[in-house]
Amino acid sequence: MSGILAVLEQRDGKLHKMSLEALAAAQQFGSELGLPVFAAVLGAAVAGAAVEALEGYKLDRVHVLEHELLKDYTPDGYSIALQQLIARHGPKFVIFPHTYQVRDFAPKLATALGRVLVSDVVSHRAENGNLVLVRQLFQGKINADVGFEGDAPYFLSIQAGAFRADKLEAGTAPVEKMTPVLAAVQIRTKPLELFRESARAVDLSAAEIIVSVGRGIREAENIPLVQKLADALGAELAASRPICDNGWLPMERQVGSSGQTVAPKMYVAVGISGAIQHLVGMKGAKTIVAINKDPEAPIFEVADYGIVGDLFQVVPALIEALGK
Amino acid sequence: MKIVVAIKQVPARDSLLKVNLSGSWIEDADLAYEINEPDAYALEAGLQLKEKQGGEVVVLCAGPDRAGQTIREALAKGADRAIHIETEDANITDPLTLARMMALALASEKPDLVLTGLQSDDLGYGQTGVILAETMGLPHATLIMHIEAEGAGIKVKRELEDGWFQHVSMPLPALLTIQSGATKLRYATLMGIKKAKSKEVKKLDAGALGEKAGLSVRLDRVYTPEKTRRSQIFDGAAKEAAAQLVEKLRFEARVI
Repeated sequence: MSGILAVLEQRDGKLHKMSLEALAAAQQFGSELGLPVFAAVLGAAVAGAAVEALEGYKLDRVHVLEHELLKDYTPDGYSIALQQLIARHGPKFVIFPHTYQVRDFAPKLATALGRVLVSDVVSHRAENGNLVLVRQLFQGKINADVGFEGDAPYFLSIQAGAFRADKLEAGTAPVEKMTPVLAAVQIRTKPLELFRESARAVDLSAAEIIVSVGRGIREAENIPLVQKLADALGAELAASRPICDNGWLPMERQVGSSGQTVAPKMYVAVGISGAIQHLVGMKGAKTIVAINKDPEAPIFEVADYGIVGDLFQVVPALIEALGK
Repeated sequence: MKIVVAIKQVPARDSLLKVNLSGSWIEDADLAYEINEPDAYALEAGLQLKEKQGGEVVVLCAGPDRAGQTIREALAKGADRAIHIETEDANITDPLTLARMMALALASEKPDLVLTGLQSDDLGYGQTGVILAETMGLPHATLIMHIEAEGAGIKVKRELEDGWFQHVSMPLPALLTIQSGATKLRYATLMGIKKAKSKEVKKLDAGALGEKAGLSVRLDRVYTPEKTRRSQIFDGAAKEAAAQLVEKLRFEARVI
């Protein structure tokens, strides 16, 4: 096929929300590089529903890899099946959404073929028929341009929100089924049931205003200060991961890739540097306010308003100003 | 149980980073370094497992001379011995090359379990563990919150997205990447620091560890990201800045 293959993620026939973003990236690269665009979906018979969801997009082909051993995700099963698809069709680029599942198997697949996956790509440019990719280093403080060396296939994964699913081009997508050769003995890990720890008592996604606290707060004893600010704004209190890891606030108040994704009217980030895992959970907020002592903190990249200063002085001043 | 914990030394979290003149990497001469935080959680998981199951914890670290300090700190926390792959390049920016070196360094060790953090705070590829597993021919699982023995193998709790988890059963030997925050980190005791001085650190020369893999990715340049959103920053005295912000929120953004 020598084109661009987008490997999409589905569970119970439902496409992962980032799958369509990876597909949008594939279409965009395809038009820039003049290459055909293909999609692949893996699963048991249930994958059919995911394929239906792809009807109506302009794709040169949708590859459906069906096998009873692909019913539940395993890194061994996915890696073996995709190696067979790649061997048969020889794509130049293989694009994944940068999901937790992709982080689990895509590096393994690339390694099996002697390649390196360029992970968590935020943007790109086409140069001389190849791609230069932009990644974030040091949790978003530094960017890097990364290029591919050697022979195809070139593997990359796309960060959440880097490409827009609503930019997908409409058209038709012929389907081709393939049954990979898989034996139970090749799958060494045994996935068991999925579960949630507890029912969520706090639905942050319904909050109009969220005040969120990060590492800058330093100690659990200082949390009430931020709670006061939340009260003054009529906001829900949330946090970045380290705060919940430390047990200073319950896990259900965590915003980010491993917590909740929110898009409130206003998001106030207090002492949060803005690591990408946090940003993906809140950058859809209408108005973003950041309070941080480091003027270079990545949170200011996404903020509409920012105060550079010591939160222990700024937050009390803010509470006072709100009362006026 | 023989447990290998792969750790990395990275610039300290609160470092102010500057790109060097050639744009090839950051100015690293005056930086303070520390253990990559996710790897500190992998070490903790390894030490706890050893306390429960018995056995040995071996620390594996690739890096220049300065990485010796981070290795000593891991030994002071309770690791039994260490392997230091000494690299001339301060930064190996290709995770496949790094993982191949680590696999060669571990060839004679035959560990039951290899643990590492989910990603590094510097390059952040989030792949070295998985690549190492594939290179060593081991099954793996990522983002692990909890490990327990189950017959001849283990049962692990994996974190998925949006608050979901999954249990996975797997045979040994295996490789796990550990999710940060699942446990509290221990501090080194005075006794631990004293003992660490006499613990074995085996030094291996990176150049002698087999042939270099052909690079399949290259780092062209690093740079400070351009601001994409026009943000209004108030950096005056706290009181003044707070008043300015509240006015903007009331009359410009109209969110309060």
